[in-house]
Amino acid sequence: MKMDRAPTKTTMEPGEHGEHGERGDRADRGKLKILQALEDQDTSVTFDDPLEHEMVLNMGPQHPATHGVLRLLVRLDGETIVAAVPDLGYLHRGYEKIAENMTYHEYIPHTDRLDYLSPLANNVAYVLAVEKLAGLEVPLRAQYLRVICAELARLASHLVWLGTMAMDVGAVTVLLWGFREREKIQDIWDILTGVRFTTTFTRIGGMANDLSDEASAMIRNFLDQFPENLAQAETLLVRNRIFIDRCEGVGYISREDAIGWGLTGPLLRAAGVAHDLRRDEPYLVYHDLEFDVPVYNDSDVLARFYVRVQEMKESVRIIRQALEKIPPGPVNAADPKRVLPRKERTYGKMEELIHDFMIVNFGINPPIGEVYNAIEGSKGELGFYIVSHGEGFPWRLKIRSPSFVNLQALPPMLKGGMISDVVAVIGSVDPVMGEADK
Amino acid sequence: MKEKILDRLNTQFKDSIESVNEYRGELTIVVRKSEIGPVCRFLCDDTELRFDSLRDLSGTDYYRPHDRFEVVYNLYSLKNSRRIRIKIRVDESDLHVPSVTSLWPGANWLERETYDMFGIHFDGHPDLRRIYMPEEFEYHPLRKDFPLMGIPGSLTLPRK
Repeated sequence: MKMDRAPTKTTMEPGEHGEHGERGDRADRGKLKILQALEDQDTSVTFDDPLEHEMVLNMGPQHPATHGVLRLLVRLDGETIVAAVPDLGYLHRGYEKIAENMTYHEYIPHTDRLDYLSPLANNVAYVLAVEKLAGLEVPLRAQYLRVICAELARLASHLVWLGTMAMDVGAVTVLLWGFREREKIQDIWDILTGVRFTTTFTRIGGMANDLSDEASAMIRNFLDQFPENLAQAETLLVRNRIFIDRCEGVGYISREDAIGWGLTGPLLRAAGVAHDLRRDEPYLVYHDLEFDVPVYNDSDVLARFYVRVQEMKESVRIIRQALEKIPPGPVNAADPKRVLPRKERTYGKMEELIHDFMIVNFGINPPIGEVYNAIEGSKGELGFYIVSHGEGFPWRLKIRSPSFVNLQALPPMLKGGMISDVVAVIGSVDPVMGEADK
Repeated sequence: MKEKILDRLNTQFKDSIESVNEYRGELTIVVRKSEIGPVCRFLCDDTELRFDSLRDLSGTDYYRPHDRFEVVYNLYSLKNSRRIRIKIRVDESDLHVPSVTSLWPGANWLERETYDMFGIHFDGHPDLRRIYMPEEFEYHPLRKDFPLMGIPGSLTLPRK
């Protein structure tokens, strides 16, 4: 390309740029063209005169540090951020509309695609809401298994966050270490659920499969070596002066603001609010398990880092206890009208075939009513609000996605900071656009 | 706790509460549309109830002749670890609802999303634009009369 370009330059007419005035005009025209292009594209966001003394920088949607397709427009005065405007919708697939047009069972695979870093937790959150609506009781073994699933999902999600956020501020080693550990979790999912990524493991009224001995052994094996590996990665960062300098005091949001902006999850706990749905509104069997809720008061990127690392250690504790306490028994509720039968039984048994046909074609028809059920996902409160008209399809399904609400607080966190801190703050918010854009 | 919430609400807003409903342990209170601002301010500021966190705000299209839409506020009290659902009914002839962004700044995007998806206007909102769909899009996709497959030609394709 360079070789091609060089001759074209030499063939230019001599004296074309000979005079300063013309060159100045050209530069002005170039500026106007950029401005025009910006204005043409940014119909939704307008600035008065970005090239006067403040500059508008467009970041994303194809920027590696935005963790997906988040688009951020930042207005800069030198290197200081005057204002920031996030722009969403690049991954909007209309999952709430889709939900209104399919049965409750059919929607489970779609929940994988919301927060695609912790699909198992989304499966659990969704079926818990449907079961609450339908008034279904799930056997204890399934509840313990769901706890294990949700905590494994939290570990996987936090490991990706740890790696990418550390890489955003310049530590590449931790990315590889984080992904190495996540790979082991995905191998566990492969054995546990049958797939590595889009798990679709839960069913309404139970689970798709039981916890096999092989999967159980794999989880135990993973838990034995994970804390040490995590400690190694942690040591690389908390004793790292560059990392601390990049994170300390960056992206501050006050406690009152954090509550007012509706933040949940690690962001809220890093702002000094001891709020964790697993403890405050116990669901599944969390009331029988012992764990701490890490809280930090600094409310900056570093505090969020500490909260998430501590959470991973607590998750390990929870999974260990759940594996110890998990009782034998069935993983599906004995309610053949609403719980899908085992596939192999539908081939040989008449009753099961009828129930399978009815559930797949007409749905489970929960009673008329509306429920909201939330779990503590890895990003924060992940809730489903379902309105039922007594039909097989939900009349309305609203996803309360933590990434969407947490991203709102990005402008106040960024304001007054430096341009180089943007990636660190986005990393600390840990958004997943599949969930934010729904 | 439920009685306490209802008692305190009844002393102040007896006339504005249209109905109270409990289903699966979740308290839902339907209030008059014009009173949503004062009711939310009371619930947020009251020292005993302290519903200081707006967890969710969404709309529902019931597709009926009267009071077609509902706007649902999902409030959470960090002090009491308690949830409450406030609903208002919105008729298609008057799609204007007072905004609660002055109480909870976090309502900003949630109201924008509701506007985008249902076409409900929030008066007093600082920046009421579409959030997911493009600005020139003419429809509101989560309304029941919007087809699942979309409307051909309604989305402009990018220029070459």
